[in-house]
Amino acid sequence: MESEFFTLRINGSDHEVADSWLGESLLDVMRDRLGLVGSKGACTQGECGSCSVMVDDRLVCSCLVMAASAVDRSIVTIEGVSPDGTPTDVQQAFVDAGAVQCGFCTPGLIMAVHDLLDRSSAPGETEVREALAGNVCRCTGYGRILEAVERVSVGRRTVDAGAETTGGVS
Amino acid sequence: MTVVEPSTGVRTPAESDRPGTIGDSPTRPDGIEKVQGSFEFSSDLSAEGCRFGATLRSPHPFARIVSIDLGPAWRIPGVEAIITADDVPGQLTYGLIDHDQPVFASDVVRYVGEPIAAVAATEPETARRALDAIVVEYEVLDPLLDPEAAIDGGHPPIHPNGNVIRHQRIVHGDLSVEGDVVVENTYEIGMQDQAFLGLEAAIAFPDEGATIGNGGGVELHVATQWLHEDQKQMAACLALPEDQVRLVLGGVGGAFGAREDISLQVHTCMLALRLGRPVRMAYDRAESFLGHVHRHPASIWMRHHATSDGEIVKVEARFVLDGGAYASTSSAVLVNAITMTQGPYRCPNGEVDGYAVRTNHLPCGAMRGFGAVQACFAYESQMDALASACGIDPMEIRLRNAMATGDTLLTGQPILNVAPVAECITETAAIPLPDTPIGVGPDTVAADDDGTDVMRLPGGAGRTCDAPDVYRGVGWGVSIKNLMYSEKFDDFSTARCRLADGVATLKFATAEVGQGFVTIAQQIARSLLGVDEVVLDTIDTQIGSAGSTSASRQTWMSGGAVDAACRAVRERFFEAVGEAHGVDPIRLAIDGTEVVDTAGELRLSVAEASAGLELDETVEYHHPETEELDENGQGDCHTAFAFVAHRAVVDVDPELGLVKVVQIATAQDVGRALNPLSVIGQIEGGISQGVGLAVMEEIIQIDGVIRNGNFTDYLLPTFLDMPVVEATLIEQPDPRAPLGAKGVGEPPCISSTPAVVAAIRDALAQAGAPKPLARVPVRPSDICL
Repeated sequence: MESEFFTLRINGSDHEVADSWLGESLLDVMRDRLGLVGSKGACTQGECGSCSVMVDDRLVCSCLVMAASAVDRSIVTIEGVSPDGTPTDVQQAFVDAGAVQCGFCTPGLIMAVHDLLDRSSAPGETEVREALAGNVCRCTGYGRILEAVERVSVGRRTVDAGAETTGGVS
Repeated sequence: MTVVEPSTGVRTPAESDRPGTIGDSPTRPDGIEKVQGSFEFSSDLSAEGCRFGATLRSPHPFARIVSIDLGPAWRIPGVEAIITADDVPGQLTYGLIDHDQPVFASDVVRYVGEPIAAVAATEPETARRALDAIVVEYEVLDPLLDPEAAIDGGHPPIHPNGNVIRHQRIVHGDLSVEGDVVVENTYEIGMQDQAFLGLEAAIAFPDEGATIGNGGGVELHVATQWLHEDQKQMAACLALPEDQVRLVLGGVGGAFGAREDISLQVHTCMLALRLGRPVRMAYDRAESFLGHVHRHPASIWMRHHATSDGEIVKVEARFVLDGGAYASTSSAVLVNAITMTQGPYRCPNGEVDGYAVRTNHLPCGAMRGFGAVQACFAYESQMDALASACGIDPMEIRLRNAMATGDTLLTGQPILNVAPVAECITETAAIPLPDTPIGVGPDTVAADDDGTDVMRLPGGAGRTCDAPDVYRGVGWGVSIKNLMYSEKFDDFSTARCRLADGVATLKFATAEVGQGFVTIAQQIARSLLGVDEVVLDTIDTQIGSAGSTSASRQTWMSGGAVDAACRAVRERFFEAVGEAHGVDPIRLAIDGTEVVDTAGELRLSVAEASAGLELDETVEYHHPETEELDENGQGDCHTAFAFVAHRAVVDVDPELGLVKVVQIATAQDVGRALNPLSVIGQIEGGISQGVGLAVMEEIIQIDGVIRNGNFTDYLLPTFLDMPVVEATLIEQPDPRAPLGAKGVGEPPCISSTPAVVAAIRDALAQAGAPKPLARVPVRPSDICL
């Protein structure tokens, strides 16, 4: 087997990857070699979104990214979303709204929802459904996830509005 | 240990508005871990020095194994163990009801994907390469693929147990009765996959010094629905006493029936015992499609007789369920299916013939709805046909026949549960229809010239439909589901409760698969004991069985066990408090977080009153005994029943065969919602699986070979496919349920399927292109060709 040695920058830290075989996916390298098991694998075809991570600010399925191609890129995984342990507004809304059942799709969805709401502060329902259509959930039927997204969207706008009326914060 | 008999009245736990108690919707105890990615699923488990297992599977649906040459695989560096049927130390077969499935095939293979050998190696990839190196010589045999050939003897037996797994008839009432109106048809249901996201995975740890077949135990961390049943089957195959096979629930990424049977449990333990070190096995998606049972494909003929005003007077039916190569739970699925023939409707007379047969297809067993799904598609399609033949509205004919408490099934069994069938229908009807026109949503802004948003039309991002070509249809589905296990099976549950220093600790072996039992267990303890902190002990086999997380049974059964254990602890708590304060314990009650003397002044916090105490009770909860069916299918075989109604609204392009499900309205008989948010989650999730079966989900097998065993080709509903769900909970606490609460997991996926299909039929009729649509999933070609 071809062995490769390279470094990945994940959640702000450098991770040295040894013994990876050429073509090994970013998902497998993270899970099997680096012990970062927060990203899940459920289809390994880019269909379900369970393995979603950010690579250079783009939401990707890490099962479809060759690990060796992610060298010199900034990778953010679910482990890097709330590193100090305090849940983000999206994470808390998922818990509060009942958007979590088995939870296997959840890390990928958290990544996708953060990405969506960073790009679009007040998405309509169709926009949300379209943006998240690459993340399959088998438990919830999506209703409570849509509710969680709506809560965060409204919550952020309320905070923004509050910030404006009080002169804003930088 | 206390054994609790069934309760006879609604035992209302201490009601309060206190957060986190029964009736509230507290958040899941594992919620934060799950959103942060730190919750450990079974596929996340690893161990220092562990080896990786992989399974060699049959490429043929039916073949004789002539020889197996392991030599080339042994020569690959890193391969440390290879096991076959020759290495199984104990019973060579396993199974939930019949032990008819080999741990490894030795003489013949009976389905594509049947395990033949397993390898453990230092790297997963090495193990996979070793599988490729094993040389198996087969003599290919003529597969049995037509279920009718299994029944009529047209194919020689493919298994020593024969080709018919079970034949059961139901004969009831006066069969000479004829209706003014008679409708009949044959309905087909395709093979659905549970498609849980968290793939099969386990890690086994052998005891120090343990070796395969020579004593010494093993501990398996696995995602399963029923730890103790796994333990029992594994112990037999491993030739170990049950207490030397210890199971711990690994984090479960969904189940839906697919984890009720053994998959990799025995293989993983055998490899670990062979090597004397931990071994991990994990399936990928393609292997998962082969490695677990599926929903039975079925062919169902039904003939309904009714008076001219739509009152059902007789039903005749014949069911053929394709069980695939091994029995699994086929016989129980069959009984569920045939005993639901009449649906949630009164029917005095009937004759039903049911077969579950063996073929060389993928084995079938449990999936959410368990037989009731197949029956419901047939009887609800028949109800619409009957409505049409009688000239009655589809909703009206259902109301006219709706069963109520006291009515009997064709098995002669009376419905003793709360049975608000009519309420389910009328409450569903009361939910407003969507108020937006075709192709328009509440947030439609980027509209086309005609004012529609193409993303909301059938076909969505394919941008294939024009709104004027789309028709909107409405359809109904109503269903009955039996809860818990049937036919004399005592599927009890065990729970332990400890109370010390104001903290309750619960232990049970109830598999938490995502449904949220962990949440309601805490709610029950908070309500009954007046504590806020409820610690959940590890879910494992170090306590008695909880039965399976299936059959919509854990809220009732394990909820009943937790309820009973908490009551037992509370009784001892009151005794201790009474003795300490000179109060008759019978006067004590829990009020919020305090213990109070209902006839005196005493009022103490539970924390204070339980300081220094250590109260510990373990209780088994049993439901009333049920009966087996006799040869005429008569007997009180089911434990309890729940009901639900669904109304679907769909938009259909008849020329392109495209469907968009717009809304599902539902009213469900839940008894009592212990956690309303969880109930809504079960309803919406179940409906998504029902919608999936209606319009997209099917495992395709051609000549016994699966053709779409991946998520690119096996379609699951996405955010864009799932409609808005509008749900009403019918809360009529069931006096026969320990907490008044019925199971809610299965009903949502049962009648949502026929409701969607009925709505498509309605749209096509409006378009002047009526189609019978007697098969699910409905494919575009079924609509437009």
